[in-house]
Amino acid sequence: MEMTITLTVDGESHTTTVDTRVTVLDLLRERLGVPAPKKGCDHGQCGSCTVLLDGRRVTTCLAFAVQHDGAEIVTAAGLGSAEALHPMQQAFLDHDGFQCGYCTPGQICSAVGMLDELNAGWPSHASPDVAAPPERTPEEIRERMSGNLCRCGAYVNIVAAIEEAAQ
Amino acid sequence: MRAFEFERADDAHAAVALVAQRPKAAFLGGGTNLVDHMKLGIAAPELLVDVTRLPFDAVEERDGGVRIGGAVRNSVLSADPLIRERYPVLSEALVAGASGQLRNLATTAGNLLQRTRCLYFQDRTTPCNKRVPGSGCSAIPGNSRELGILGVSEHCIATHPSDMAVAMAALDAVVQVRGPAGAREIPIGDLHRLPGDAPQRDTTLEHGELITAVDLPAVPGASAYRKVRDRSSYAFALISVGAVLEVAAGEVADVRIALGGVAHKPWRAEHAEAQLRGGPATEDAFRAAAEAELEAATPNDDNAFKVPLARNTIVAVLRDLAGRS
Repeated sequence: MEMTITLTVDGESHTTTVDTRVTVLDLLRERLGVPAPKKGCDHGQCGSCTVLLDGRRVTTCLAFAVQHDGAEIVTAAGLGSAEALHPMQQAFLDHDGFQCGYCTPGQICSAVGMLDELNAGWPSHASPDVAAPPERTPEEIRERMSGNLCRCGAYVNIVAAIEEAAQ
Repeated sequence: MRAFEFERADDAHAAVALVAQRPKAAFLGGGTNLVDHMKLGIAAPELLVDVTRLPFDAVEERDGGVRIGGAVRNSVLSADPLIRERYPVLSEALVAGASGQLRNLATTAGNLLQRTRCLYFQDRTTPCNKRVPGSGCSAIPGNSRELGILGVSEHCIATHPSDMAVAMAALDAVVQVRGPAGAREIPIGDLHRLPGDAPQRDTTLEHGELITAVDLPAVPGASAYRKVRDRSSYAFALISVGAVLEVAAGEVADVRIALGGVAHKPWRAEHAEAQLRGGPATEDAFRAAAEAELEAATPNDDNAFKVPLARNTIVAVLRDLAGRS
């Protein structure tokens, strides 16, 4: 079964007809020519497909595109441009927050969404008291970023980059 | 993946009618478990009915307690001020589950209805009584380190994977359901089943029944959730404990204990609770009650470690809560 849906991706509106089985991730990469989100595990376990969907970070591999008709999506490519990098992108460069780079677009989208959640006062498993406003500690950042795997093991520099971008 | 039709329901009646009239139709929430099952080839619905845009997306005070809409996202629920203040066990359980990205998609109703992470259930090349009734259980003679020790059967030793549901079990939540025959409410202890000889059925819901809300009654005392797992984040529980404890004059006035990672459903430790009520709120009493509860455990060599782990985790949580009273 095919359906026609409209998505806004990095500021550009796309109306497209898709099979119901197509995920947001496959729609972005294979149909709309937006390769920034990466396909790692394709089962919601690695975080490399993370984008901001209606302002919140989500894994796109477990989301059928037809369910998200009308959504506004921002990928790592849409956060900034080569001439004007987003502060999170610049911080990843400054701190060597990657090696091979495959997980990086997902890490950056996740980090941006994560800081919004932290600034909104959402608790995490690292928060000593879920009822109190959380603090932006390295422990909080590590816990909140645990859904993004980096098999090169750049975690130390990723946390440092996020700490700097948060300031 | 099998082809399927997709509908977006505008109201609950329409959603229920759409699913009820098609045996192979299913509701779609956040999709974090069902979409994965469709990719793995262990679920093949012919029709998905999206219920995430139904008006069940609020957390509100009701009758002295709180009503949580079935479509409320796990992340939003964990951050809700009412939940954080009054039901910390639930907020703590939610943030102990999955990852930030998954919690932003997953819904309250979908979390309750997620299925076991037993390796064999998720691998369609192996026998599994839950996936293919009568095909046999691969886990009993196989890798069962993460599986059940309480209420298991010769047909299935799967565990329920939810953290949220364990907290809700400790809170005596009531699940609001709407189906083809009308609305009904189910105490959360009666929502999930033990496997028995029908492990293919996780819950007591009938086809076409939709979870619209979960009600939490007012709870006296302090509450907490503790999860023990192989790594400190983003892993399922080996053992988890959600508990509510009220201590008055050194005695246990009220206690509710629910265990995760041990059974086919969130396991209310009713024997331990009965033994503790009215008795001293001491570590010795907590340990004795935990041991009494776990006398019924039937572990195997792979998961025997869960018995002392469960005991110690119960004691640690109750000791912590008693220290706050």
